[in-house]
Amino acid sequence: MFLIDRRLGSKQKSMVNRQRFMRRYRKQIRKAVAENLRSRSITDTKAGEKISIPARDLNEPHFFHGKGGKVIHILPGNEKFVSGDRFPRPSLGGGSGSGNASDSGKGMDEFVFEISQQEFLDALFEDMELPNLTKRQLSGSEEFKRVKSGFSSEGTPANISITRSMQAATKRRIALGASKRTELRELEERLSALPVVDGTQEERRELEKAIEQLREQLSHIPFLDDFDIKYHRHTKEPIPHSKAVMFCLMDVSGSMDQATKDLAKRFFILLYLFLSRNYDKTDVVFIRHHTTAKEVDEEEFFYSRETGGTVVSSALELMHTIIDSRYPVNEWNIYGAQASDGDNWPDDSRRSIDFITKLLAQTQYFAYIEITDLGDKPLWQTYTPLQKSHPDIFAMQHIRGPEDIYPVFHELFRKQSA
Amino acid sequence: MTTRPISISSEWDFETLKNYEREIARIAEKFKLDTYPNQIEIINSEQMMDAYASSGMPVNYNHWSFGKHFISIENNYRRGHMGLAYEIVINSNPCITYLMEENSTTMQALVIAHACFGHNSFFKNNYLFKTWTDAGSIIDYLVFTKSFIARCEEQHGVEEVELLLDSCHALMSHGVDRYKRPYPISVEEEGRRQREREEILQQQVNELWKTIPKKMDSDDESRPTRFPSEPQENLLYFVEKNAPLLEPWQREVVRIVRKLAQYLYPQRQTKVMNEGWACFWHFHILHELYSEGLVTDGFMLEFLQHHTNVIYQPPYNSPYFNGINPYTLGFGMMNDLKRICENPTEEDRRWFPDIAGSPWLDTLHFAMRDFKDESFILQFLSPHLIREMKLFAVMDDEKNDFLEVSSIHDENGYQSIRERLAETYNISYQDPNIQVYEVNVRGDRSLTLRHEIQSNRPLEAESANEVLKHLHRLWGFDIHLESVISTGHETVIERRYSCPEILELE
Repeated sequence: MFLIDRRLGSKQKSMVNRQRFMRRYRKQIRKAVAENLRSRSITDTKAGEKISIPARDLNEPHFFHGKGGKVIHILPGNEKFVSGDRFPRPSLGGGSGSGNASDSGKGMDEFVFEISQQEFLDALFEDMELPNLTKRQLSGSEEFKRVKSGFSSEGTPANISITRSMQAATKRRIALGASKRTELRELEERLSALPVVDGTQEERRELEKAIEQLREQLSHIPFLDDFDIKYHRHTKEPIPHSKAVMFCLMDVSGSMDQATKDLAKRFFILLYLFLSRNYDKTDVVFIRHHTTAKEVDEEEFFYSRETGGTVVSSALELMHTIIDSRYPVNEWNIYGAQASDGDNWPDDSRRSIDFITKLLAQTQYFAYIEITDLGDKPLWQTYTPLQKSHPDIFAMQHIRGPEDIYPVFHELFRKQSA
Repeated sequence: MTTRPISISSEWDFETLKNYEREIARIAEKFKLDTYPNQIEIINSEQMMDAYASSGMPVNYNHWSFGKHFISIENNYRRGHMGLAYEIVINSNPCITYLMEENSTTMQALVIAHACFGHNSFFKNNYLFKTWTDAGSIIDYLVFTKSFIARCEEQHGVEEVELLLDSCHALMSHGVDRYKRPYPISVEEEGRRQREREEILQQQVNELWKTIPKKMDSDDESRPTRFPSEPQENLLYFVEKNAPLLEPWQREVVRIVRKLAQYLYPQRQTKVMNEGWACFWHFHILHELYSEGLVTDGFMLEFLQHHTNVIYQPPYNSPYFNGINPYTLGFGMMNDLKRICENPTEEDRRWFPDIAGSPWLDTLHFAMRDFKDESFILQFLSPHLIREMKLFAVMDDEKNDFLEVSSIHDENGYQSIRERLAETYNISYQDPNIQVYEVNVRGDRSLTLRHEIQSNRPLEAESANEVLKHLHRLWGFDIHLESVISTGHETVIERRYSCPEILELE
């Protein structure tokens, strides 16, 4: 008998098959993923997602008998029937059921399973990319990694490089003993050249003595000396990090109701998820505004109500200030996303244009989405010229209902063919 | 002499497992259980789900459907809807048994007795397995298939191989030979033959489909003969040998799926016997251990708890009812056989004159060796067991709007219940009888299948149409499927399916 412990071997053997499955049902999964965006919190990037696919799509067909014909079922546990008893056919197969094989596809309408966060995002952003990646900055001020950088003669015993140390020792021994060994060789030659007769006895004794001495000296050269020992040298190197900050700007004036805000939220979620996939570190700044702008946390951003008029430039100005004070343009990739129902104080459009133009010089990308059923609102008109002047950086889109969000997002970040 | 129990803790270790295996092997030998050498492997739950998903095979090619099964098993397991099996045993030589690490000591002992000796001896001795499977080479063959399919994926793309496998899987249940015997094959042999086959096969196909006109004068004696000359039951085999457009590598893939279907075929036909045999032996072997004082009272209680769970048969009106439990039926029949041999009643002597009073061990071995579920039940299901399980028959005829209890467990019903129950285990009754009927060789090359309707049972139409699409992919030309009712001298076509679908003209 062989007894084998397999527990440690071959983890995740089924991963390939899972990926095959995911690939095959890409379309359905993407659809389910887009629908699931509804209920997500904006910064909740830990959780995976439950996906359900109509089980009908997944069926593996084979030949089997359908309902009908004449079948006799054998059942256990009779307690009251005698032969010849008749009773109406149970509507849903009931007790008798089709105990036969081959009803694998039935009984479950939805095939529900969980996908990981990674798989979720892969499905969501499959064919999208960030525009304007040229300025994608690398900065490294927080984390370091140790890299090998040659050798040094100082260090801790743990870092001793044996090869280098032995090389150094050999070199030193060769260098120190070189002249003496040459001398020794010469003396030995002379000694062996002398005929072994009485006349040379004196000379030979001297030579032998000198050889003896040299050998003695050579043997005193240490095999390994303190200064032979070499150490691996490590230096700290900053780990390059790409950082992005995302500004969420939203109008919270009276005209924005909860439904509109929900739409905006879903858009922001998408953008956040997308950015955090592309950057190692993503900050989010929430700015809400009516007549004045304020930086708030997520909860307040989405759920607190305010009333009042609308001055868009206040938010743009605040964004500008925050960038100047906290997010140096040369270190951060800055993204702006603004959601609004399109209202603005008529006198404000001039100031808005000024600020947004300034901002566009600093940001990678600025997207404006207008959530409205009615045509072009004042802010849309204000922003329209920007599409021409900054075609790569600025984009604006209309959103009417939840079904628009993903397509609009998709449109904004569609992979540009080269 | 007092014996010390092999284990007293429910935590097992490798030493304990070895001891159990040794003792169980000793007892198994006493009962003449002839087994392949055992290879016991300890795995965790994830690996168990993995093995589940790829139809119990230790090595298998990659396919999305295995991924799907894994996901649904994992879901059910995580949510507690189902427990995993305690073991999986593979019909191979050496016989590989996977044991779950979570099992308690008692469970491991139970599983060793059940799988490593019960199933193992069944695999080695039952005639179906001996005829249709070759335990020695299956692992090698699986390794070969995995690498062959991986190579095809490299050469022809994952997508294409996947579609081909989908189509083959759809026909898998109709890809087995029921009557012809395959020959056992070794590994290198397999690889060598595969290359040879590719060439020869293609030549044959070319021969069949060649368009050069035959000499006219030979026409008289050979009127357009039907091809195939006789109906063919093995659809995959037929496709592999005759499909006009398949590339050699595609034929090989068809062959691989066919071979695997063939390998698994005996297991479908011996579910009741195989489980019954294994349950019977774990039950007896562990009791033997107990009477020798090698296991404790606590061990036995835990064991009996599991045992009764496994062989529980919910009655027909229970919410847990899901057909007849093969473990119950199999274990019941094996035990009953022993009873008939040892303590036959008057009734038993009447029903089983051959075996009543015969040595039970020999009779049981005989029953295990030379039967499959269908014939086993037909031969050995006793009135005693029918009464014990309170079996009854309900007739469901679509012509009536009621169901009728046609027989119950009484003198008049035993025979018909026994026959009916045997029939439900007959695969050719379970699966629709579909065969290749004709190929229009000289015309549009369409392939016609025939479904012989039995007991008026129709095909499930939606699925049948899907399968035809798959067959169409393999065959490359039109596919027709006719559901026919044959009475002695005439054949009536009840329904036609076609791919591509033909719009019926009124």
